Amino acid sequence: MAEWIRRAADSDIWWSFKSSTLTVVAAAATLLIIVLAFLSPLLAPHTPFDPSTLNLSDGLKPPVFVGTDGDWSFPLGTDDQGRDVLSSIMYGTRLSLVVGFASVVVAMVLGIALGLISGYVGGAVDAVIMRIADVQLTFPAILVALLIDGIVRGLISVQRHDEIAIYVIVGAIGLSFWVQYARTVRGSVMVEKNKEYVQAARVIGLSPALIMVRHVLPNVTGPVLVIATLNLGLAIISEATLSFLGVGLPSTQPSLGTLIRLGNEVLQSGDWWITVFPGATLAALVLAVNLLGDWLRDALNPKLR
Amino acid sequence: MMATNNPPLLEVKNLRVEFPTRRGTLLAVDDVSFDIAPGEVLGVVGESGAGKSLTGNAIIGLLEPPGRIAAGEIRLEGRRIDNLPYEEMRKVRGARIGAIFQDPLTSLNPLYSVGRQLVETIQTHLPLSAAAARRRALELLKEVGIPGAEHRVDHYPHQFSGGMRQRVVIALALCAGPRLIVADEPTTALDVSIQAQIIALLKRLCREHQTAVMLVTHDMGVIAETADRVAVMYAGRIVEIGPVHDVIKNAQHPYTKGLMGSIPHLGERGGRLTQIDGAMPRLTEIPSGCAFNPRCTFRGQRCLVERPDLMAAGASRAACWLHDAKGVGAPVGRELADA
Amino acid sequence: MLAFILRRLLQSVAVLLAVGLVSFFLFRYVGDPINAMVGQDTSQQERDALREKLGLNDPAPVQFVHFLFNAAQGKFGLSYRTSEPVSRMILERLPATIELSFCATLFVLFFGIPMGVYTGLYPRHWSSRLLQAISLIGVSLPTFLIGILLILFFAVILHWLPSFGRGETVTIGWWTTNFLTVKGLEALILPSITLGLFQLTLIMRLVRSEMLEVMRTDYIKFARARGLTNRAINFGHALKNTLVPVITVAGLQLGALIAFALVTETVFAWPGVGQLFIQSVQFSDIPVMAAYLMLIGLLFVVINLVVDLLYFAVDPRLRGQGGAARVGSH
Repeated sequence: MAEWIRRAADSDIWWSFKSSTLTVVAAAATLLIIVLAFLSPLLAPHTPFDPSTLNLSDGLKPPVFVGTDGDWSFPLGTDDQGRDVLSSIMYGTRLSLVVGFASVVVAMVLGIALGLISGYVGGAVDAVIMRIADVQLTFPAILVALLIDGIVRGLISVQRHDEIAIYVIVGAIGLSFWVQYARTVRGSVMVEKNKEYVQAARVIGLSPALIMVRHVLPNVTGPVLVIATLNLGLAIISEATLSFLGVGLPSTQPSLGTLIRLGNEVLQSGDWWITVFPGATLAALVLAVNLLGDWLRDALNPKLR
Repeated sequence: MMATNNPPLLEVKNLRVEFPTRRGTLLAVDDVSFDIAPGEVLGVVGESGAGKSLTGNAIIGLLEPPGRIAAGEIRLEGRRIDNLPYEEMRKVRGARIGAIFQDPLTSLNPLYSVGRQLVETIQTHLPLSAAAARRRALELLKEVGIPGAEHRVDHYPHQFSGGMRQRVVIALALCAGPRLIVADEPTTALDVSIQAQIIALLKRLCREHQTAVMLVTHDMGVIAETADRVAVMYAGRIVEIGPVHDVIKNAQHPYTKGLMGSIPHLGERGGRLTQIDGAMPRLTEIPSGCAFNPRCTFRGQRCLVERPDLMAAGASRAACWLHDAKGVGAPVGRELADA
Repeated sequence: MLAFILRRLLQSVAVLLAVGLVSFFLFRYVGDPINAMVGQDTSQQERDALREKLGLNDPAPVQFVHFLFNAAQGKFGLSYRTSEPVSRMILERLPATIELSFCATLFVLFFGIPMGVYTGLYPRHWSSRLLQAISLIGVSLPTFLIGILLILFFAVILHWLPSFGRGETVTIGWWTTNFLTVKGLEALILPSITLGLFQLTLIMRLVRSEMLEVMRTDYIKFARARGLTNRAINFGHALKNTLVPVITVAGLQLGALIAFALVTETVFAWPGVGQLFIQSVQFSDIPVMAAYLMLIGLLFVVINLVVDLLYFAVDPRLRGQGGAARVGSH
């Protein structure tokens, strides 16, 4: 264990991490945001989405440092329903993160599975899967996500939709991103399929599929990780966009995007804090994730060493 | 250096090329000195990593950062070129020093026709009109032996075979009339059958144009065919330098002896090829004293501590204490360096 | 070369058919078209009659063919929401989206490519690093957020530019345009920037990374070894080689912009096709969704085709011998 730590500390990746202050800052920021978000039930000063705790007279208070209306129990102000902006942001960030990660995982699992099948089985199955991929790639991911959401919406009632909204969103975004993983994995499988150890495995009677997967997966870890880092920021943005457009997470279970939408409705009258703070949080989060992703990609890219 | 009555075309004195890395500064070319006379072909031979390409790059001023010239002088026709500002050196490149690299496919821009690339280079250095430049381009293509030059001049690089491409590269290197060509592994990427043709072409053209060549390669056969003198490099240093036939037939440095012994000769029967045990040290692990000592059968106490400079050895010069009056000191058993 | 074009055409048709299939499924099987079209108290008899009349009882493949025929003529039936013909709704709003996307594309190319070239040629200069930092922010900010911030700043606080809507338009025949009046142009500025910013950063980063790769190639090294001027190397050799792969991406960008317009249009209440689509998703207005899908599908297929042909025109390695292998390396 000590040996492993020593090797990790001596590795190129760690060195390139340490030597880029920006990346370290980004990593720290991301970690901070994640921790704060997930501890929100403990840390948040209020529970903004429990209607029984709300008091309309608290509504539309500006942040503490602006004007004379400020109130330290609502440091970043409140919205028109009296919900504390700071607490909303914390809960909202948690949701945004959960959806972001979950959809990337969904996309990865789906993509890797389809890639493996497509590459190994080949033939008609492969052709069909790849054609679907081609067609799907013609459309921007957000459109695909919108479409899926629209379909689900058309199939079930509005109320039920709100309840399962989070699953729908994760599914929709995940479904819009699987293609890149599938293609990478499929490519790797097709390379491995022709190698001799696969034939040898058949001869011995072992399942060539399992053996091949064992060889394919380590090869694709790098590229898959790269795609995942690219996707995470996009997934968070996609969810925020969907919520902003009103087809994502509802106001009973708002993510940062929903909060921004709610704030946008009062923006014209000058109550800016309800939009700007969630917006800044979202931007900071995605920025940090992207910085980390950038660094990871450069570190894993042998061409740039 | 060798006794010539003409002043040398190129003088390299005590050249040091360094690479700052996170593990410390690596010395890739260590105190290298040699001259090239006008019209002479100097072969520079050695294993991969011995520093031959870097020496060539340093001479044409194209060392890639973070590599840099840390010490020493490079003079072309008496004038220092290692410390010239970029724009001055740019004028030297192409017009006074030409270069040829290993892979003819990647050396040519795939999106421009061969003629356009030639004309562009010609017009950069010579005050010719477009029409005159094009005529010169055609002449050059004919000189390097491209059949049907008149319409091939407008063809793109991918439309030529490997050997033809290298001929085009040679034409490009020569088109502004340089006095010296640095050729870095010019035949390594070519089929064996083509190699001989290209080498012969290079040799002929350089004689005709009175152009000197610094021919960097790991292929002794090419050197034997083409070079007048040869320098053998090891771990960033020159270990032997002398007239090519002397060095080949009568190597004075143990490393060179090993190299020559490891080349199979037609007509020799039986016997085993000599093999030098161990491997050239990495730049981070160069031994003190003589860099070759861990692999040397003749080493003595002195070789472990004192680094030999090039000294007279028969008809050549070699960096080995064996040729010094005081000798190598008490013999020391050989250790095998890790591969 | 002819073989290549034919093959691509066939592929395009295949993709369009696939998109059509998805559209058709949407149309026919998501929700019940009859229920959406008639009132609560329509009798079952009348519904059955309607079903028969609309051909909803025919076998599925027949319906699909009908659907395709109608789609090719632009007939997508009536909107569930407004009961207007879908094709008319789309046509009405198309000019708004097209002009917006066009402006955004100009913005992207006009700024993105030079910025990319600059940061590629001088990657270590502080100005390059600054531009890169800004580009990272551009990639991290969702489009809607950019729009909101721009509106907040330039419209609500500074009152320089309008905060929503299309402003003044001039009608020429079937088309309505913003380009002919100052107020019209003003209304285009913020939305175009918003729409284009994300793509601008993408293009800039792409051009930069291509440029960096090109500058490391052997032919650039050889060009330097021949003593060519910096100008000749940077703009003659490097730039040309950089732009060749960028063309594909740039072309696809234009298509992406038209599709991405839906977010910007929502933020700015811009009456384009995108906003229409969003409304249709919110209301489950299937015919509009299906029509929009086909429209976008057609658009992308055409753009892909044009870009592939452009590639031929620009890269000599692909011409002759029907070279269909896309040479991606330098």
